[in-house]
Amino acid sequence: MRSVMSGDDMTRALRRIAHEVIEKNRGVGGLVVVGIRTRGGPLADRLADLLTEIEGVEVPSGIIDIGMYRDDIDTRPRIELGPTELPGDIDGRTVVIVDDVLYTGRTIRAALDALADIGRAAIVQLAVVVDRGHRELPIRADFVGKNLPTSSQEHVTVRVAEVDGEDGVWIEGSDRGSEQ
Amino acid sequence: MSEFTFQNAHLVSGTGDVSVATDVVVADVVVADVVVADGVVTEIGQGLDVRGDTIDCSGKWLGPGFVDVHTHLREPGQEWKEDITTGSRAAAAGGYTAVVAMPNTEPAIDAGHLARFVADRGRQVGLVDVIPAGCLSEGRKGQKLAHLDELCDAGVRLFTDDGDTVADAGLLRRAMEYLAERGRVVVQHCVDAGLAAGGQMHEGEVSSRLGMAGVPAEAEEIVISRDLALVRLTGVRYHVQHVSTAGAVALIAAAKAEGLPVTAEVTPHHLYFDHSYVEDTNPRYKMMPPLRDAADVASLREGLRSGVIDMVATDHAPHADHEKDHAWEEAPFGVIGLEWAAAVVNTVMDLPAAEFFKVMSTAPAELAGIDDQGTLAVGSPANLVVFDPGGTADTGRAVSRSSNSPYLGLELSGRVLHTMYRGVFTVRDGVVAEPAGVAG
Amino acid sequence: MKNLLTMEGVDRGTLDALLNDADEFYEVMHRPIPKVPTLRGKTVATMFFEPSTRTKLSFERAAKALSADTLSFSPGTSSLKKGESLKDTVLTVKAMGADLMVVRHSSTGAAWRVAEWTGLPVVNGGDGAHQHPTQALLDALTLRQHFGSLDGLRVAIVGDIRHSRVARSDVWAFSTMGAKVTMIAPPTLLPPDLTGWPAGVSTDLDAVLDQFDAIYLLRVQAERGGVSVFPSVAEYRQRFGMTDVRFRRLKPDTIVLHPGPMIRGIEIDSGPADDPRCKVLEQVTNGVAVRMAVLFQLLGGSKQENE
Repeated sequence: MRSVMSGDDMTRALRRIAHEVIEKNRGVGGLVVVGIRTRGGPLADRLADLLTEIEGVEVPSGIIDIGMYRDDIDTRPRIELGPTELPGDIDGRTVVIVDDVLYTGRTIRAALDALADIGRAAIVQLAVVVDRGHRELPIRADFVGKNLPTSSQEHVTVRVAEVDGEDGVWIEGSDRGSEQ
Repeated sequence: MSEFTFQNAHLVSGTGDVSVATDVVVADVVVADVVVADGVVTEIGQGLDVRGDTIDCSGKWLGPGFVDVHTHLREPGQEWKEDITTGSRAAAAGGYTAVVAMPNTEPAIDAGHLARFVADRGRQVGLVDVIPAGCLSEGRKGQKLAHLDELCDAGVRLFTDDGDTVADAGLLRRAMEYLAERGRVVVQHCVDAGLAAGGQMHEGEVSSRLGMAGVPAEAEEIVISRDLALVRLTGVRYHVQHVSTAGAVALIAAAKAEGLPVTAEVTPHHLYFDHSYVEDTNPRYKMMPPLRDAADVASLREGLRSGVIDMVATDHAPHADHEKDHAWEEAPFGVIGLEWAAAVVNTVMDLPAAEFFKVMSTAPAELAGIDDQGTLAVGSPANLVVFDPGGTADTGRAVSRSSNSPYLGLELSGRVLHTMYRGVFTVRDGVVAEPAGVAG
Repeated sequence: MKNLLTMEGVDRGTLDALLNDADEFYEVMHRPIPKVPTLRGKTVATMFFEPSTRTKLSFERAAKALSADTLSFSPGTSSLKKGESLKDTVLTVKAMGADLMVVRHSSTGAAWRVAEWTGLPVVNGGDGAHQHPTQALLDALTLRQHFGSLDGLRVAIVGDIRHSRVARSDVWAFSTMGAKVTMIAPPTLLPPDLTGWPAGVSTDLDAVLDQFDAIYLLRVQAERGGVSVFPSVAEYRQRFGMTDVRFRRLKPDTIVLHPGPMIRGIEIDSGPADDPRCKVLEQVTNGVAVRMAVLFQLLGGSKQENE
């Protein structure tokens, strides 16, 4: 496994993303940050905290589970469902979805469907730590920590301290260095 | 003129005679040759000259063809399950040369002409002796006596309402008195209707967990106790069908010790399976009386070994697939067993050859009153079976029209190689013959 | 897990996972749009050979909330009477495109046969007096909602245990999840042989009434198949019914459950039936959530994983 982002790199990237969110939305009015379970959750919390710190206005965060919305149930193993907890209504608000890796785009599509069943957001934007390409749907991220061209043989791992004990992004695959 | 020489067989004559003579009877068991010509055993001895085809029987048992005193051939009236042709083939496949056909057909065999119909059909098929049993009561309804004299005159010896139990002690007593005077046998299916009402399987630990109503052992024991009192009163010869409980075995032992004219049979499935098999809820384990607990099974095996239980009888009860392909409680009671009975008994009991043929052939032939079956001697009709106790039974499919067998796919040791009926092979090298001149 | 046929032998981890998923589906049911696309394109066939309104509706509701299609089969008379075997009946419905079957039948073992014949995932919706696993799951969920966990919970099951598939499933599910179960019934309504049952027995409700955290009342019939199993329903109510008097003797936090429909005046008087501590309506709502979790578990994963 080869490191492509250190813990510090991730922290800086999130801070930059926070500033980009504020710039694009001209502040944080009506904003709510929603992470996609599992790792998107703590990342959303961190992003919300950064926005709160920078603007001095409380920005709420929440988490959604997309287990009920996947389109690949016949081909991939099922994972246990987790809670979906949002800080109040999303009707009329700007929702910034946060996830660790953007790849085919199917996870984001499922998240959009889940949000649509919960309420009617005015605007939905997407922030990801890593965009590794290979989109299968017309979905793009508004805010990206790092663009990482990959082959589909390779495997990208994002770790967040709250879940994995450390922060960082690694890549592993046949032609990029040896295991661990 | 067909002649056959069976060579080097472990020969069981069934006569139990210990004197060694080469041309009349032979001691059990001896390695010998048997010559058959024109349907009759013509020679028994060692190192005989070969006549006709030779059949090598080294290491195999040769004895009197098996006799089943409890078979359901379903003809007349229920031919979608089985008929006398397919049932005879199944019997031959299992090494049988005679079967007693139970009278719970449609119509029931409660009059002479019906008994003659069954016997005639059996002769027409010509693969085994088909001996009809007759009902005790008209239509098996348990109210009036059946046409007992007519049935006796038509050759019936065993009388039973099998499928039902004669509940009215007064009616049973009158039937017993009548049949005692004519030297016949009263045969009882011992299941008390009240205790067994709604029962689907043995009442016990498994039925409690499965939530099914059960038939307690007492349902069998109560009927036997009551019947034995009537046997004492009337002196009739009495035979207990499909014994299934330890308590029943004890009652029969006590009756025999007292000197009462009582005999009993046990089925292969009751010797092999206990109610734990029902956990599967597959209706191929559903019959009446039901599979009981392990202690009952042990007592049945011991009873057969000790002679308290005299013989094995299959209670071969065919039901079509569309009848058994239901959930347990909607499936009919009964399983088939003619084809594998010998293998099951061989696997479970591991009896020596003499005892094996006693319970499979000699004792049942005596009960059924068939003089020319159950024993082999020079001059007997050639009704015999060659059985390989070390072989493997074919449990892949059924010869019977039905396939409701608990044995399909089971590993059983013992194989019927040849069955000969009146000098003609009904099974040769495991292949069952078609009946002569009868289509299908 | 390929089928859900019984609670007997199901391990705690599996039960916990099902109830955890049920919690999430419970949340879905309380949204403005109580529907998710999870099982879109899948067909759930409800094969109810024994009449039932509530359970059938509950399964169909659950299937539709998951965006599955439903095929509803409930013959007026049994297949046996019509001459068609059960096997042919279910294979016919399978050929119409069912992906899963929910089977309710008056005979023990029916769901097992259907699973064997069709090879489809099967949910046992109640087989004779044997098992009713989704009922036990919704009962367990209701207890969990109230007490947080079933560990150490003292639960009484009162009534016709002998003929009850609900009792059999509950006894296994509750005890696996850590509860201490006592069955209370007159002798004719207890199974003949209780070897191996993970529950205690009492024939005197009044003597033990105030020891329990939850009382589960079963339905009772004085006659089963023409055979009388108890002197009369009035006598049953006297000895085993949840009367007002008995209800007042319960501990203040004790809740009362019932599989429904309740026959007021027999198993339970109207006072207790309408009291907030009687959780019958919660059980019904939980039933849909639990059945959504079960359908999701059996149909919502890769085929290889489910085999």
